[in-house]
Amino acid sequence: MKRRQFLKNTAPAVVLPGIINNIPLTAFAENPILNSITQAHTETDRVLVMVFLNGGNDGLNTVLPLDQYTNLANARQNILIQQNQALALNGVNNTGLHPAMTGMRDLFNQGKMQIIQSVGYPQPDFSHFRATDIWLSASDSNEYLQSGWMGRYLDSEFPGFPTGYPNSVMPDPLAISIGANVPLLFQGPAAQMGMTVGTNIFDPWNTGLNDAPPGGYAGTELSYVRLIASQTQSYASRILNALIAQPTNGNFYPNIAEGNYLAEELKYVARTIKGGLKTRIYLVGLYGFDTHASQAEASNHSTGTHAQLLTHLSKALKGFQDDIAAMGIEDRVLTMVFSEFGRRIASNGSLGTDHGAAAPMFIMGSKIHGGVLGTNPSIPSVVSDNDNLSMQYDFRSVYASILSQWFCVPENVLQTIITHNYQQLPIVDPACITGIEEVNSLSDALKLTVYPNPMTTSAYAEFEIMDGFTRLELYDPLGRLMKVYVSTMKPAGKYKVYLENENFRPGNYFLRLENGPLQKTCNIIVTQ
Amino acid sequence: MDRKTFVSSLFSVPDHVHRSERIVASGITPYAGAWGHDQVVHLLRRTGFGAPQNLVTQLSGLTMTAAVTLVLPPLGAAPPPPLTYYTTPADADGIAYGATWVNKEPTLNLVVVTPPRIDSYRAWWIDRMLTSGPSIHEKMVLFWHNHFATSSNNMFAAWMYKHNTVLRQYAMGNVKDFAKAITKDPCMLQFLNGNLNSAAAPDENYGRELQELFTVGKGSGSAYTEDDVKAAAKVLTGYRINYLTASGYYFDANQHDTGSKQFSAFYNNTVISGQSGAAGENELDAMLNMIFSVDETAKHIVRRLYMFFVYYNIDAAVETNVIEPLANILVSNNYDILPVLAALFKSEHFFDVANMSCYIKSPIDQVLGLVRELEVQLPADPAMKKEAQLRLYAYAANMGMAIHDIPQVAGWAAYYQTPAFHENWINSSTLAFRIDYAKALLNGINYGGATPLKPDLKAYVSTFTNPSDPNALVQEACDRLYRFPISQTGRDFLKGFLLSGGFGNDSYWVMAWDDYVQNPSDPGAINTVETRLKALFETMFSQSEIQIA
Repeated sequence: MKRRQFLKNTAPAVVLPGIINNIPLTAFAENPILNSITQAHTETDRVLVMVFLNGGNDGLNTVLPLDQYTNLANARQNILIQQNQALALNGVNNTGLHPAMTGMRDLFNQGKMQIIQSVGYPQPDFSHFRATDIWLSASDSNEYLQSGWMGRYLDSEFPGFPTGYPNSVMPDPLAISIGANVPLLFQGPAAQMGMTVGTNIFDPWNTGLNDAPPGGYAGTELSYVRLIASQTQSYASRILNALIAQPTNGNFYPNIAEGNYLAEELKYVARTIKGGLKTRIYLVGLYGFDTHASQAEASNHSTGTHAQLLTHLSKALKGFQDDIAAMGIEDRVLTMVFSEFGRRIASNGSLGTDHGAAAPMFIMGSKIHGGVLGTNPSIPSVVSDNDNLSMQYDFRSVYASILSQWFCVPENVLQTIITHNYQQLPIVDPACITGIEEVNSLSDALKLTVYPNPMTTSAYAEFEIMDGFTRLELYDPLGRLMKVYVSTMKPAGKYKVYLENENFRPGNYFLRLENGPLQKTCNIIVTQ
Repeated sequence: MDRKTFVSSLFSVPDHVHRSERIVASGITPYAGAWGHDQVVHLLRRTGFGAPQNLVTQLSGLTMTAAVTLVLPPLGAAPPPPLTYYTTPADADGIAYGATWVNKEPTLNLVVVTPPRIDSYRAWWIDRMLTSGPSIHEKMVLFWHNHFATSSNNMFAAWMYKHNTVLRQYAMGNVKDFAKAITKDPCMLQFLNGNLNSAAAPDENYGRELQELFTVGKGSGSAYTEDDVKAAAKVLTGYRINYLTASGYYFDANQHDTGSKQFSAFYNNTVISGQSGAAGENELDAMLNMIFSVDETAKHIVRRLYMFFVYYNIDAAVETNVIEPLANILVSNNYDILPVLAALFKSEHFFDVANMSCYIKSPIDQVLGLVRELEVQLPADPAMKKEAQLRLYAYAANMGMAIHDIPQVAGWAAYYQTPAFHENWINSSTLAFRIDYAKALLNGINYGGATPLKPDLKAYVSTFTNPSDPNALVQEACDRLYRFPISQTGRDFLKGFLLSGGFGNDSYWVMAWDDYVQNPSDPGAINTVETRLKALFETMFSQSEIQIA
C-alpha cells in the first residue's frame, strides 16, 4: 500500500501509538498529512522553496570563520572581509556573516535561519555543469543519475505522472521553477515532474489537431509537446486563480529598481502559496556566483560583485520570510539555499576565487532549528592554491533530513530517493531527532584525536562513540575521499584505529568521523 | 469532439514516458532510397533555417548527392561587417551612421558605446541567418557557437564580432586550427578568464573547458585528470587581450609558466617542456597536438554534431554505426570537418525515416524559419531593418536562445542536458512564447517602422497549386509547414477556419478567393480572405506539430 493511501485510510484513533511508519509520534504533532486526515484542511500542506546560487558561492566570504582569520588572511588577503566588519550572530562566537547580509543576520537572530557548515560530498567535481548535476540528482561524484532527487520524491508521491494529471486530488503543478529552463532537479525516473513558469502562460491558445502520434522518435517528441501544451493551459488557470486570490505582497521587499530578481520570484511564490496553490516545491535562482575575477573591490573588500549578490540574497530572503509571516503561512514553508560548490580557500590574482568544494548551506523557516550546525572550517597555516575545505556534512544528509523531517518520507521510501544511508541532521523543529545544540555538543563528545600528528609513516585515530552506524574516512587537501577505515554498525565505546601513510602526497588532510547523527572532523598533516 | 473532451483525451496519451527502446541500425552507407519532398525538407530544415519554398524547389530538381553538395559549398568571401545603422544614441566614438565600428578600439566610454554596437552586431548576425541560401554555413556557425559557448557579459562588441568571424572562418574547416584560433580569441580569453591566467596565479577555467567541453569531452572513453586540467592551465598562461586594438591578443612571456607540464597516462604521459620568451606560445601547438591525437576528441566532436543535426539519442548502435565511422573520417582527414558533414548528410542513417520528424526546433529555427517560409519582407531602410531583426532576436531570446548569450559554458541545455535534451526547449513558459510569437507575426510585429513585420498570407497561398480549393489549400499548407501527415478530421478542423468558423461549406472560400483574385485591390475582398487565412495559420501555428522539424 502506498503511504498516501495508508495515511488516508488511517483513522485518527490508530495514530495513538508512539510510532507511525517508524517515525516517533512527536514528529506528527504538526504533521500536515495527519492534519489533512483529521481536518481535511489542505491549507496546511507543506512547501519547500529551493534557492539555487548558480555559479559556486564563495562560502568563506559568506559565513566568516572568525577564529581562523590569521590563516585565512594568509590565503586570501586580497579579498578577505575585514574581521571587524563581520556581522555578529546572537549566541555564536567566532562565526560572522558578510556585512551585506543584514537581513539574514536578523533571520538568524530570530531563530529562523540555520547555517550548516561545510556541506559537500566526497570526490568533489569542479565543473559547473557536472557539479550542478550532482547536486540536483543527489548522485555520487562518479555516478550519473538521469533523474533529480526532487523528481524521484515527487514520483514516489504521484506515481505515473504526467498520465492522469491534473486531477481533483492534485489539480496543480507538482513543482514550479521560475526561470527559463526546466532543470534536472524535477526530472523523475520516467517523466518531467516540474513546470517552468513565466508570465505569459496565461494566454490561452488554440488546440485542435489530435491525430494519433506516429511510432518512434517522431511520436515521442510530438506527444511530449502536446502534453506540455495541454498541461500548461490547465495549470495556467490554476496559478492565475491563486494569484487573483492573493493579488498583493506585503511591503517587505527591496525596491524593484534594485534589480533583485530573486526577490521578484519569491514575491510570486508567496502569492501562489497564500492563494491556495497546492504545489509543494518551488525552485528559484540567483545567478552570477562564478566569481573568478573581481569578486571584491580592491579598495574595499566588503563591496563588489559578491557583496552585491549577497545583498540580493539577503534582502530577498528576509522580505520573503516577513511576507509569508504576515500572510500567516510561515509555518508551512521551509526554504533551502544551496550552490553547486564553494570556492577555493586561496584567492587568485584577479581578486577572485576558483572552483572549490564544500560550502555552507542555509535553511530558513519558522519551524526549524535555528543556529549553526557544525564548526568553523579549519584553515591550515600554509594553504596551497589547490587546497579545499573538508566537508563536514554530505549534502544528501541535508536532503534526506528534509525529506523525512519536513515531508515525512518514511525510511524505506527515502532509500529509493536518496540511494545511500545518510545522517539525519537536526533541521526541522519539531521533528523526530535530537536538537541542534545537543548534536553539536555530542559531536564534541566523540573526542576524535589523531597522534602522532603530523603523520609520517603511521598514526592512530582515537574516538568515543554512541551505539550506531559509524564511519571513519580520510580526505585529501582537495576534498577527495582517500580511504574509508570504518563503515559499519558499532556498539558504544572507545575505539582506536591504525592509520598508515600509504604514500599519500604531503599536505593538510582531514579525518572525518560519522556516528549516527553526529560527526566530527579533525586535521591530520601528512609529511614524508 | 468538444474542447473539453479533447483536452481530457490528451491526458490519456501516455506516450512520451515510454522512451523509444528500438534500435536505429542504419549507418553511414550512402543513402539510395527515395528522394522526394520529405527528404528535401528534412535536409533543409536540419541544415538551414526552415524550408523556404524556393529552396525546396531548387533541391527537388537535383539528385540527393547534388543537393548535399549544394548544401556544403566551399567557404565563400567573408560578409561585410555590421554597420552603425543607429542614430540614437549616435556612436560615442564618433563612427558615422552607416560606417562600421568593428575596427575602432573601444574607448573608456564603454557603457555608452557598447550596447548599441552589440545590438548592431546581433542584428547583423540575425540578418546572416535570415538571408542564408542553401548552404549549411550559417547553421554550422550556430553549431560552433553552441560548442564554443560565450556570452556578452563584460564584452566589448568588437570582441564579439571578431569571435563571430572566427566561428564563420573555421565553421566548415579544420577543427584543430579552429581550437587554436579560439584559444587566442579575445572574446574567449575574456569569457573563460584566459586573460587572467598567469604563472603566479593560474586560472584553470579555460584549461578545464577546453578539455571537458571543446575537445575530449566527458564521454565514456575520456579519462583526463584534474592534474591534466592544471597542466593545461599552465600551458595556457600568458595570453592577453590587446586593448590597443579593436580585437587582438598578445602573448606576455613574463606571465607564462616556463616549467615543464606533465600530463597523465590518458595523454601518454606527455611532457610539454616549458619554453621562455616568445617561444612559450609554441606550447599551445604541442598541447593541441596532444589533445587531438586522442581519438576521443574526434568522437566527442562527432557526438556534438550528431545531437545538433540528427537526434539526441546516442545508443550503442549509433555509437558503433555512425559516431565511430564518422570520427574515423575526421581523424583520417586530419580534423577537416567537411568530409564528415558530407558523409553524415548523404548517409542512410540521416535519411532513415526513424530520424525524421523528431527534431524539436530550436527557437532560432522557429523564429527565423517562419519568417523565411512565409516570405516575410523586412523593411528596406537599414535602421528600421536593424530594429526588426532585433525584435526577432528578442523573441528567440525569450524562448531560451539568446545568440551570443549562452547561459552555460556547456552550451544550451538542449544539446547536452540528459535525459530530455531537445525537449528542454519546450516547457510551459517557452511554449507559450513560441505561440505568442507566431500569433504576433501573423498580426504584425511592431518594431518602430511604418509597416509591421507581417507575412502577406494571400501572396503566400497564391503560390499554392490550387488556393481556391479550401481542401487543397489546407492540404498544401500542412505539407509545407508540418512534418506529420494530418488526417481528414484534422484537415477538416483546420478548414473550418477558412469557412467562417466551420459553419460554412467549401463554396464560401471558393467564392471569397475568386472574388479576391478578380478584384485584387478591393479592400473588402482582401479583408475577407486575409481574416480567414490568418485564423487558419494562427491555428496551425498553435499546434504541437509546428514545433517539430
